[in-house]
Formats: sequence, structure tokens, C-alpha cells
Amino acid sequence: MNILIAILVLGLIAALFGALLGYASIRFHVEGDPIVEQLDALLPQTQCGQCGYPGCKPYAEAVANGEAINKCAPGGEDTIKKIADLLGVDVQPIDENHEADDSSQSNRPKVAFIIEEDCIGCTKCIQACPVDAILGAAKQMHTILIDECTGCDLCVAPCPVDCIEMRPTPETIQNWQWDLNKIAVKQID
Amino acid sequence: MESIIERIKQGKFWHFHGGIHPPQQKAITAENPIKQLSLPKQLILPLQQHIGRQGDLLVVVGDKVLKGQALTQSSNPMAVPVHAPTSGTISAIKKSVIAHPSGLSELCLFIDVDGEDTWRKREICQDFTKLSQQQIINKIADAGIAGMGGAGFPTHIKVNTKPNINFLIINAAECEPYITADDLLMCEQSTAIVDGIKILDQILTPAFILIGIEDNKPRAIKALQQATKHIEKIKVCVLPTKYPTGGEKQLIKILTGKEINSGTLPVSSGIVVQNVATCFAISDAVINDIPLIRRVVTLTGRALSKPQNVWALLGTPVSYLLEQTGFTNEISEKKSIAGSPQPSPPVIMGGPLMGFSILNEQVPVVKTSNCILAPSKAEMPSAFDNNSNEVDCIRCGQCSDVCPSQLLPQELQWSAKAKDHQQLNQLNLFDCIDCGACAYVCPSQIPLVQYYRIAKAEIRQQQQLDIKAEKAKARFEARKFRLGQEKIAREEKHKKAAAARKATMNEKSADGGTASSAVAAALARVKAKKAAQKIKNSNEPLASSNEVTDEKSQVKAAIARAKAKRLAKEKGTESPVANNKEQTKTPAVTNNKTQSNVVDDKKARIAAAVAKAKAKKASEKQSPVVENNVSSEQEQVTASENTTTEAKDKKARIAAAVAKAKAKLKVMDKAQQAPTTNNEKST
Repeated sequence: MNILIAILVLGLIAALFGALLGYASIRFHVEGDPIVEQLDALLPQTQCGQCGYPGCKPYAEAVANGEAINKCAPGGEDTIKKIADLLGVDVQPIDENHEADDSSQSNRPKVAFIIEEDCIGCTKCIQACPVDAILGAAKQMHTILIDECTGCDLCVAPCPVDCIEMRPTPETIQNWQWDLNKIAVKQID
Repeated sequence: MESIIERIKQGKFWHFHGGIHPPQQKAITAENPIKQLSLPKQLILPLQQHIGRQGDLLVVVGDKVLKGQALTQSSNPMAVPVHAPTSGTISAIKKSVIAHPSGLSELCLFIDVDGEDTWRKREICQDFTKLSQQQIINKIADAGIAGMGGAGFPTHIKVNTKPNINFLIINAAECEPYITADDLLMCEQSTAIVDGIKILDQILTPAFILIGIEDNKPRAIKALQQATKHIEKIKVCVLPTKYPTGGEKQLIKILTGKEINSGTLPVSSGIVVQNVATCFAISDAVINDIPLIRRVVTLTGRALSKPQNVWALLGTPVSYLLEQTGFTNEISEKKSIAGSPQPSPPVIMGGPLMGFSILNEQVPVVKTSNCILAPSKAEMPSAFDNNSNEVDCIRCGQCSDVCPSQLLPQELQWSAKAKDHQQLNQLNLFDCIDCGACAYVCPSQIPLVQYYRIAKAEIRQQQQLDIKAEKAKARFEARKFRLGQEKIAREEKHKKAAAARKATMNEKSADGGTASSAVAAALARVKAKKAAQKIKNSNEPLASSNEVTDEKSQVKAAIARAKAKRLAKEKGTESPVANNKEQTKTPAVTNNKTQSNVVDDKKARIAAAVAKAKAKKASEKQSPVVENNVSSEQEQVTASENTTTEAKDKKARIAAAVAKAKAKLKVMDKAQQAPTTNNEKST
């Protein structure tokens, strides 16, 4: 008899919790995969496609599904570290194939620049730009909206006359970084 | 509020946390009066000399400008204009090194001074009390006045506030060592300063005006007390000397006991703080119509033989000022050696604690430059030594003892080194006022404040990048959406076009008579013809009666043609050429001619003519049909026809005529490129 009561009570409790969990899963249902959003927020949003995916969001989705975390060249080590933190995996060195080109001395961010006298107005770069940062029309000279350019490089290859080059952004008072080595420590006695 | 005023009247003040007491070094320049300098040869005016934005240029190279003439203007409220400090010619507008720790170049106006110092037309205001609030604010804005204490916040914005200002605080503390510019200005121009304060009083209508001044300026205190003794509202508050009393929030704390919340402006607490030099500039601008074109600069340091405060026109190169005060440094010759980016004897713009080394002595004086410090090596050895003597933090905690903002400098330092921006924000890095007290007391000689400056710049940069990334993402998404829409629209269009094509095709074939339906029509005709032949073969009269008249005539024509052909063959000897032609070419061709218009018109005509001729002859001769050299195909067709046509020559003639007419019709058809007749026949 006791055993029956025990089974009954336990069964009731199980049913209760089951119902509770079932209700909660409907009531607090999360649309989409939040990890993708978090990953996407960590990526630099250059939309450059250097990872092999058409944009940052698709790469974020791929990483969430087990893709290697070291393919984001514009993000570099920092981004890899952050993604590793988020996913709880080991930090990997940046993939050789996806390493950013460090040959230039300047570490300032680059933006595309159209040598306007060479531009033939073919609109190929406009189609390549992932963020619509190139202005122009067919057979009209094109130009780059510097403030919108992410420096993704994607417009350089399609140009049939090689009139696009990547130039470092000018250093101004607004974006100047204090360099400790430049400043003599001033201390009065 | 009342209790605060009571307390102030009793001369009791509050304290702010921390603070340091560095050696004053003010005696170097405090005793000498402010010197008027002769005009320099060239002035360099950066377009932006304050926080905010630069204005738009009003002049071009080669323009003659008069003293006090506005050179820039802007509709942006955060921009203040720049004025010509003296008369002369604009010789260049180009990038030049400006007074900034980065040593970067910004757009500057170069004025070649003509030495005449001719003023533009001025309107001197006799009685400013008659001016309205807005008139005064406009005058301040037009005069290009920006806070002259440090940051250079545009003054007209600061004073253009809603009422309910409890305290107007005049910052005369001048707490940083070496600097005596405000001190001497107060000694010499106390009446003008008090006029400026009265003007501010008129705009802001504060309940009480407090002048905060440190007790190390006895002459200035006396002068101000003298100038304000008849004004009940103004109270000169003599404060104990401590660095950084002159910090805005620190001064408010000392005078009123109020703390300004992090991230808010004092205005939200009903307090406006103005620098004493700004008050002088305001009185100059409103009363004398002199825009902000000059300021007092302290030229000090043991490297100068004649350290002194001077009235410097804005835009005066630092090198000129140093020349005037006898910049004698044992290693000053070294700076001519090329390749050295920093001149060997350090020159510091601003005070020793908050200033920065200038990398080029062509840097001009701007609205916020209050001091040029040229220390000797004995005085400030660290300024000569580029190698940092920094050692590890020993966690003594002295930095947090002296921090006037009550931050944790040591924690901040570690987070700054680790670039942990989140932690830095949690530690309220942005409440740091860059006073440098922590670095001053640090026994490990850690340049703490430099780390904070770097971290602040990095965080600001990161914020900008985040904004940019967010924007890029939005644009990317928008583009993706747009492309998707375009694709859908394109597919839709294609679908529509296909449907339209189909519709037109159906429509046209129903009408009967376009090229697209020609094939179908031809097929139909062939079928019809075959059916007709079949019927004819079995029993001709039935078929002919059943068929439509059109078809009948057609069939008849065919029969006639076939007959004619045969007759022609009979007559082979008479016209061999024509015969041969018929024999070789017609078996399939003549049959098809009428129906599927494959053969060209010439042939048709010839055939018709031949047929006619033959028919005539046949009727004359009445000769029997002999099958000679006929192909099997033709035989099939003609065999059935024999019965009806052979006997009746009349009929044959008619048929020949019909055939001819048809041939003619065909020619016309061909010319019109319209197979309509055929279609009609088939249907």
C-alpha cells in the first residue's frame, strides 16, 4: 500500500513538473539562436567576406555551428579572443589563409580610394561593395564615401582599370592615439 | 541654499578629497607686470582652437584683413569664429603644427603682419545694462570667446542657459604651479573683470556670485576685494592653496559642498563656472567691442632669462615669445640638428602637471594657452629624459589618497594596461580630470595619467568603431534587403513577360496570320490536304460536295495543274525545256506550292504558264493520256484525276486559268510576306 502511495505521489510530482516545464518552454520560448547575435556583435562588420562567408552574420552563424573561430582577418587576435571567451573554446592563432596583410607599415585603418581620372564608370565596384559606400552611375565617375567604407577590399579586384587602391585614413586630432613613447614624463621636484 | 550662503559669508568652506601641494614656483613671474610685446612678423591662426567644430573660412589668400575682423563663421552653435589679431595680409592657408600633444597639423591661417595694427570699425558700448540678454550673448558669440581656463568650451553656450542659476562661480584659483597669468590679470584689470562679472550677472541672474581664489595671490585678492566692495552679491572667497582647486567640480565642491553627478554638467545643479580670464574677455567684447584676439600668457621656467607674463596675440608662434623672454638654454643650438623630431630643450605648453611638450616651436598661442614653460634641466630633469623611470607598482595607495575625483588610480592603471575597457568604465575612468596628482605622488614613477589618457582615447576610438560597425551592419542589411527585393521584382518581371508572350502567341494564332503560327497553320494545311486527297481518291463527287468551296477550288486547281503537267509531258517533243523542268522539279513541289508556299514565285508563274499552254493544246488535240517518264508520286496523284478531267477540255481550261490566277496570287503573297491566303485556304 505504502509503495502505491509513494508511486502515486512521485508520479503526480513528475506530472506536475513536466507540465510546468512544458509551459515554461512555451512561455519563455526564445526565437532564433541568441549565440549568433552575440557572435555577430563581436565581429567587426566589415562584411569583407575574407572568412569565406558572404558577410559577418553568415560567419557568425557558421561559427555557432562549429566553424573555426580564427577566420576573421579584420577582427584579428582581439576578435578571436572575444569569440573564444564567448564560446568557451581555446584561442587559436589566426588562420594563415585569412591573415590580414601586414606588409604596410601603417597600422591605421584603410579605406578604398578611387583614382578618379582613371575611373571609366563601369559600376563593377558599386556592385561589389557590401555596404553601398561607392557612389556613381554607369559611365560616370565613381567615388568612395569614406565615412561608410569599411576597408573590406572587395572593390579592388573587380576594377578593370585598377583605379581603386586602399589608403590609410588620415590621422587627425580626433582619432589620434596617445603614444606613451612620445611623451616625456613630466615631474617637478 | 540659505545655509550655504551663511556658511560662505562666515568664510567656512568645504573640502574636496585628495589633492596635492606641489612647489608653487609662481614667484618667478608673479612680481613682474604684464608686458606688451611688439608685433611679431607672422601670425599662425588655427581654425579650430577649442572644443567643437571649426568654422567656414571667410577670407582667401591675399586678402587684406583688419584687426578684429572675423576670419571664419559658422552656423553651428559649437563653433566660434576666429578673428584677425592685427592688420595684415593672409599669406597662406595651409596645414601647420598646432598646439596639441600629438604634434599633428591642422588647417591654419597665416597672416603677414603689416605693423600698422589698424582696427576695423568698432562700436563701443557705453552702458551694457541697456543691452538685452540675447544681444549680449550674440556679442559674446561673435567675439569668439571660448573658455580660457583649459578645455575651451564655447562661452556663449555655457551662458545661454535657462534661469534658476543659484551660483555663478568665477574660477580664479589658478592652482597649477608656475602659472600666474590670471593672478596678474586680476591685479591689473580688476575693474574690467568685475565688469565682465556684472555682464554675466545680467545674463544669468544668479542668486549669488562667488569668486574662488587661492590664498597664494594676496595682491589679486586685494584688488578684487577693492573692486567688488560695493557689490553685495559678489563674494571673494579666499581658499587654501591646494592642487587641483581650480578643477570645475572641485571648486564647486569647496565653495558649495555640492557634488556634480558623473556625466552631468554643473548647469543641471544650477551652477555656472567661468574662468576669470573669460570674464575679462567678455567685458572686452561687450563693452569695447574687442573680440578674443589676445590673452595673457605666462612665460616661465628657469631656462628663460626674463620670465614674464605677456599680452600675446593669438597666433603668435611660441618661438617668438621665447625669443622675447631670452630663451637661453645651453643646448638650444642642438635643435637645429636635423632629424630630431623633438627639440632638445623641452618646451611645455600649459602647466607642469596638465601641460604637454610641444614638438615644434612654430606652434602658435591659442585661446586656451595660458602658460609656456621652459624648464632647465636642474628644475625638471624628467622632462629632459625620454626614458621612463617607471618601476612596478608597490601598491602603496598614495594615488587613491590624492585623487580629487575619488577614483582608484591603481586599479585603473592595471585595467588600462590590460585594455579592459569594461572594467575601466566600471571604475569611472571618464570621471578622471587628468589632473596628474596620482602620477605626481607615485613613488614608482608610473606615469598614471598618461595611461588614463591613452585608455580614454582608445575607448573613444572603440566607441566610434562600434558606431561605424553598427552603421556598416545596417547598410549591409539594407543592401541585402534591397538586392532581395530587386531579385523578386526581376523574377516577377520575367514571369510577367513570359505570360505576356504566351498570351500574345495564343491571341495571334486565334486571329490567324502571324509568323509564329505559320508552322501550326502549315501543319493544319497539310492535314487538310491529305484528308481532301483521301476523300477524292475514294469518291470525288462526295468529297467535293462536302468540302468548302475554297477547298474545292484548291483541289481543282491542283488537279488542273497535275493534268496540265501530264499534258505537257505528252507534248514533250514540242517544248522539251519546259517539260524537263516540270518533270524534274514538280513532283513534290507543285503539289506543295499552293499550300505551303515553299517554292519561289518565278517557278509558280512558269508552271502556270506552261499549264495553260498545255491545256490549250490538249483541248485542240484531244489526245489520250499516255504515261511517260512519270514518277511514282505523280502517278498516284494524277491517276484519280484522269477520270474527271480528261474528257472535258473546257474544264481543263478553266482549271488552268484558276491555276494561273493562283500562281499570281502567290506572287503577290510573297511580295507581301504574308502567308495569309494559305491559311485561309487551309481553314
